[in-house]
Amino acid sequence: MHIPDGFLATPVWAALDVAAAPAAGYLARRAQRGFDEARVPLLGVMGAFVFAAQMINFPVGVGTSGHLVGGALLACALGPAAAGVTMCAILAIQALVFQDGGVLALGANIVNMAILGVFAGYLPFQLWGGGRWRRFAIFAAGTLSVLVSALAALAELLISGVKMPSAVLGMSLALFLVSALLEGAITLAVIEALEAIQPGFIGKPAAGRPFALRAAGLAAVLLAAVGVWFASTAPDGVQKLAERSGISQAAALFSTPLAGYQVAFAGSPWLRKAIAGLAGVALIYGVCLLIGRAARTRSV
Amino acid sequence: MARLIEVRNLRFRYEDGAPALNGVDFRLEEGETVALFGANGSGKTTFVMHLNGLLAGDGSVEVCGLAVDRHNIPAVRRKIGLVFQDSESQLFMPTVLEDVAFGPLNLGMSPEQAVARAHAALATVGMDAAASRAPYHLSAGEKKRVAIAGILAMDPEILVLDEPTTFLDPPAQRALAGLLAGLPQAKVLVTHNIPFALATCNRAVFFQGGVIAAEGPVEEIVSRFAWDFAPDPSKWNRRQPA
Amino acid sequence: MHHVVLERWSRGASALHRRDPRAKLAALLVFLVVVATAHRALPALAAALLVLLSAAVVGAGIPLAGALGRAALVLPFTAVFGAACWLAGDPARGLALVLKSYLSALAVLLVVSTTSLPVLLRGLETAGAPRYLLMVAQFLYRYLFVISEEAQHMSKAAASRGATLRGLAARARFRAAAGALAVLFARSYGRAGDIHRAMLARSFPGHFLTLDALRFRRGDAVFLVLASLAPVAARAAVERFARWPA
Ligand SMILES: Nc1ncnc2c1ncn2[C@@H]1O[C@H](COP(=O)(O)OP(=O)(O)O)[C@@H](O)[C@H]1O
Ligand SMILES: [Mg+2]
Repeated sequence: MHIPDGFLATPVWAALDVAAAPAAGYLARRAQRGFDEARVPLLGVMGAFVFAAQMINFPVGVGTSGHLVGGALLACALGPAAAGVTMCAILAIQALVFQDGGVLALGANIVNMAILGVFAGYLPFQLWGGGRWRRFAIFAAGTLSVLVSALAALAELLISGVKMPSAVLGMSLALFLVSALLEGAITLAVIEALEAIQPGFIGKPAAGRPFALRAAGLAAVLLAAVGVWFASTAPDGVQKLAERSGISQAAALFSTPLAGYQVAFAGSPWLRKAIAGLAGVALIYGVCLLIGRAARTRSV
Repeated sequence: MARLIEVRNLRFRYEDGAPALNGVDFRLEEGETVALFGANGSGKTTFVMHLNGLLAGDGSVEVCGLAVDRHNIPAVRRKIGLVFQDSESQLFMPTVLEDVAFGPLNLGMSPEQAVARAHAALATVGMDAAASRAPYHLSAGEKKRVAIAGILAMDPEILVLDEPTTFLDPPAQRALAGLLAGLPQAKVLVTHNIPFALATCNRAVFFQGGVIAAEGPVEEIVSRFAWDFAPDPSKWNRRQPA
Repeated sequence: MHHVVLERWSRGASALHRRDPRAKLAALLVFLVVVATAHRALPALAAALLVLLSAAVVGAGIPLAGALGRAALVLPFTAVFGAACWLAGDPARGLALVLKSYLSALAVLLVVSTTSLPVLLRGLETAGAPRYLLMVAQFLYRYLFVISEEAQHMSKAAASRGATLRGLAARARFRAAAGALAVLFARSYGRAGDIHRAMLARSFPGHFLTLDALRFRRGDAVFLVLASLAPVAARAAVERFARWPA
């Protein structure tokens, strides 16, 4: 579920861009650690595989079919950090080249699919992927990754004020559940077929820092659940929220220094908003750059 | 004549499987072009990947007097240019020029030097006009030429090509033979293509079950192992001697 | 295929093609923000911006109908949500979703079809995006062509066996598709290994070195200012003069 531009309220896409940029940078550094750029071709080609996999249809029932989304498969095969980086690259190419998902909304899509989806998907594999429950763990990985991504996206849309009649909402929740279960079934079938070709191809979950990974996975699941719950209880969307938490005052404060220019230019309030928006983008960009720099120097 | 490659009793087994090389002895002298024949799976590709240390088995491999070990690998990889069977995997950069300049940059050249080298190498293989194109859009023959240019740009002393004619149509095969014949380096050519080998090689070795079963002039090896596609249908069931 | 067409367009030689990718990306961001934050007189604004984008498309020598059609790829998805909003009693918002997402997609399409992807990624890198991620994206794009072709062969082969497959139970067909994907996965994995060996054989030192730096010229700065002002000015004019209720 790729959110296009124009769907999310400005505070939502901006906040998610701010969250996604350093997270993607962090994942990239973790995936890179110890391998230099030697694994770049692996991640790139596996990203191309996930893309191409969408051409192969899985029959679901009466005349319909679905296809692999891939986050959980990548997480099981490459580990969560590499899978997250690969998903980020996929989403970037989809947004730029295929007009699938927006550019301003790229942060939201990265958070939903490359971060929450991948870590939630890795959680069951991490917990049970090594033992007797391995098949169930892989199935749950696929299911959870799609379910969490979809719920997060739904929450963001509702918070942004996209309206849905309750019947439509219920229907989309049912649809999410079906496609999540389908992803689980596809992921499991593909991994089993792979192990028939090449035993031991998909290893056991890696040991080491299991706690942090589990915490990340749990947090992802919780975040999606809380997001949907919150969104459905706050039907007026983010405006209300902003008023309640004082964000709108902060925004006004923030655009005040620019108010002088506004008068000089045209004297209509829209310009203040536009300039504030642009200044906001510049600010986001600066913050991301600074965080990236700081993290880079620390990791060196 | 200087000896460029000396391999003694090389043995190798892949992690998961049966042994792939069972004691290979091989030499290459300066100015020579040697054909490597042998059935699919007889170990030719495994063998050539030992020449620049991509695989490491038991036994000794020396290139230009350097033992191929961890310490010498960077030097050895400058001496041996390996052209892989599938050009698609070898041409991984977004444009032809960037791909050919990849090696020179890795050797520590400045971008200007690397670009000059790349243009020169592309001119040698007749592909300079395609410098700014994406490798994906080239024909198989053009891709192979660019892959060779990527190797030539590093100025190696030995060229090793793994099944270079596989995806090429006959005119492209002919053009490739002409190109290789004009290059001064010593060469090792893995091939199933007899006319191609006859046109380019002065010696042949025959791989069988992970060892070199025979060596000699190309014609002799071909007739001894019945390694051509006989035009006479009555001979199509002929088996190679054990 | 979509990306093949865009790549062909991106090899054009118009003034827009020659601009520095960072200038185009910055102008794109301005445009997207102008669209994303708009809420008054949206239909009139959309019309004005559509004219603006269309002029740029024509100026870049890209077929207008083709570009407009390709940007419409977003419409099926957005139409569903637009309809949902309409059903929920907020038709204005439904219309806004459709207009905004279409205009945004067209703007992105314009940038991508006047800039080759490797150059665009290089622009993003010098603008501070994580380099490792961009390298992965570059390899992804490079091998997208190759792996999709393999996938197409496989799905064609499966289709030509369709007569026998159709007789099979859905369960068996599901298995067959999983088997095909597993083979594609293993092949892609093997291909990545081949690529890595080819890199090592050419003395790969552990990180990618790049050939040329991008140069931001005066023309790029002028372009950036003009291209950023255009949508802002369009919105100013529309919001001031249009009597359209939003
Ligand atoms: N990556 C690999 N893993 C395991 N076995 C391999 C691998 N590559 C090749 N082999 C096996 O090693 C043997 C020699 O293969 P190869 O050197 O590719 O032969 P050739 O190039 O002569 O066709 C074959 O039996 C093949 O199946
Ligand atoms: Mg071979």
